[in-house]
Amino acid sequence: MTESTRIKIKMTMSHIAAKVVTCGFLAVAVMCAAGVASAEEGGEMQSAQTNVSNVTSLQRGARTYFNYCSGCHSIKYMNYARLATDLQLSEAEVLKSFAFTGARIGDQIVTNMPAEGSQQWFGKTPPDLSLEARAKSPDWIYNYLRSFYVDPTSTVGWNNTVFPNASMPNPLWELQGVQTAHMAPAKGGEAAHVEKLEVSSPGKQSSAEFDETARDLTAFLQYVGEPAALQRESVGVWVILFLVVFTFLAWLLNNEYWKDVH
Amino acid sequence: MANFLSNIADWVNERAPSMMPVYRKHMTEYYAPKNFNFWYYFGVLALVVLVNQIVTGIFLTMFYKPGAATAFDSVEYIMRDVEWGWLIRYMHSTGASMFFLVIYLHMFRGLLYGSYKKPRELVWLLGMLIFLALMAEGFLGYVLPWGNMSFWGAKVIISLFGAIPWIGDTLVQWIMGDYNPADATLNRFFALHVVALPLVLLLLVVLHIFALHEVGSNNPDGVEIKKKKDARGIPLDGIPFHPYYTVHDLVGIGFFLIVFAFIIFYQPTVGGWFIENDNFIPANNLVTPAEIKPVWYFTPFYAILRVIPSKGLGVFALAASIILLFLVPWLDRGAVKSIRYRGRGYKIALALFTITFVLFGAIGAGKSSEWIPEIFGPTADVSGIEMHFGWLLLAIYFGFFLFLWVYTHFGYEKTKPVPERVTTHD
Repeated sequence: MTESTRIKIKMTMSHIAAKVVTCGFLAVAVMCAAGVASAEEGGEMQSAQTNVSNVTSLQRGARTYFNYCSGCHSIKYMNYARLATDLQLSEAEVLKSFAFTGARIGDQIVTNMPAEGSQQWFGKTPPDLSLEARAKSPDWIYNYLRSFYVDPTSTVGWNNTVFPNASMPNPLWELQGVQTAHMAPAKGGEAAHVEKLEVSSPGKQSSAEFDETARDLTAFLQYVGEPAALQRESVGVWVILFLVVFTFLAWLLNNEYWKDVH
Repeated sequence: MANFLSNIADWVNERAPSMMPVYRKHMTEYYAPKNFNFWYYFGVLALVVLVNQIVTGIFLTMFYKPGAATAFDSVEYIMRDVEWGWLIRYMHSTGASMFFLVIYLHMFRGLLYGSYKKPRELVWLLGMLIFLALMAEGFLGYVLPWGNMSFWGAKVIISLFGAIPWIGDTLVQWIMGDYNPADATLNRFFALHVVALPLVLLLLVVLHIFALHEVGSNNPDGVEIKKKKDARGIPLDGIPFHPYYTVHDLVGIGFFLIVFAFIIFYQPTVGGWFIENDNFIPANNLVTPAEIKPVWYFTPFYAILRVIPSKGLGVFALAASIILLFLVPWLDRGAVKSIRYRGRGYKIALALFTITFVLFGAIGAGKSSEWIPEIFGPTADVSGIEMHFGWLLLAIYFGFFLFLWVYTHFGYEKTKPVPERVTTHD
């Protein structure tokens, strides 16, 4: 037995335990980072690959949002002024391009559609989307937007593989085109289910272009869910750097004092 | 400058002569064993988190508006419109989880090194009371954002009191002040969360530390350092808490804060573990979340409810699982404290107990519905397998306490010789 193996064996319980805890914590952190996507049902969820710090992506997402979503959905926790600041647009630009409701710059971003009416028309008032990306996850939104298909059996004429029997018709069909479903027949105890979606009549955008549109829109909703994320990540680096220096100095101080302890 | 400071000290001493001895007793002349290891950081870390919760909590109350119609909106207001509000809120929400993390590790340390044994039973009891108060505090705080999981979590947990015979249903209504968790519930939970329980917690923490300082700290060798003193009556293996352990703890606190900051700034929800996705949906008594489950720190106990089909029995087992922890100092009759010198049986039992606790945590968090189909195939009977596996875990959990008593009371434990003096120090 070499000296080094003997030392290794002599490592106290506490050292091993300390490592187990550290590793466990790292494992949990890694699991959690990957956890959101895998926790969703459906199995074949694709990663949204959004980048909230990409302002042009957010701007494109906002344009899509206000052209195709804001007619029915509110994002009531946002106001136009905050949008102008974070998206690096002037207030005039925001009012001109986004405020179709005649709102003023400090107003909350809410739809003009009356709630009682929409309840009657769709069976459900279109939900506020302020926190949709936080309640469902960006990946969910990205996949949901790409998974509409024509379904004559449903009341709105559309269906969705990510959110079956959704009461929303595909709002982006002009861009994506119309998808139809290839059904796998029922067999071996499994019910008939959608095997594959295929664009049967093309829209204004190619499939790759539409994926970008969905990604930008998802990024915008992710930003709307947590506008502080932009600030959070840029401040964090400095806080952690400070703490690393602090801990290093504390460690030096500790060594200085503990020189006396034998 | 030094002169000025000592003048101030003299000025205070003349007017309050009993304060300096208190400081000495608890800091500069509190002799702690010199061989504390990694596990001895979690006590001070709990204190750091407690201060964090109180300070951030004070700022949150300045903007939070209790009430069913206002609570959810006010939290979003804090997250978006209050300057640095998001930081304060994340510090508080992350702090809640970290509080439980360090407390669980702190309790585990007690089990590792027998810190609950004579003469430290009172320290353990007060610590367990802190744990109870913390559970109540954590639950109440979780309800305040008034998200959908707050609502349904509150409904499920409060309804547990309904299992108490005769008075159960009345008690549930009395707690809620309504037939469902509602405005009245939220307001009283706010009062309890920000006034009543913090006072209880602070008092218990002070008593816990005072009780500890009466008997002195245990250590990884489980040696009583007071048995070997020098000519001046100072333990040979003891060093003054201040400055040695204050600087030592500073390093631990630094490492802890780095982890803490990383979560706050880069993973504040920790993938739905610290802040759950369903809590970003406002409370709605008509829409049940897909799966009602508490935050991770309650899931081990929640699992006990989950695997026992009878509600009454489940609540009874849940209560027993915590009460038994209170009794550990009397169940364990072994004279040897530290796991370093205890019998193999205790080591195995503690390992099994720990694994069981973690697995219960996974079951309570609903992980079994993911894992069982992966292990047993997609057609597996998830709830059946979960329940039977859960019974095995229940047997291990409660078996631990029975084993502990039998093993030590009837002298089955084969211990190693305990050294006279502490053996190592970091």
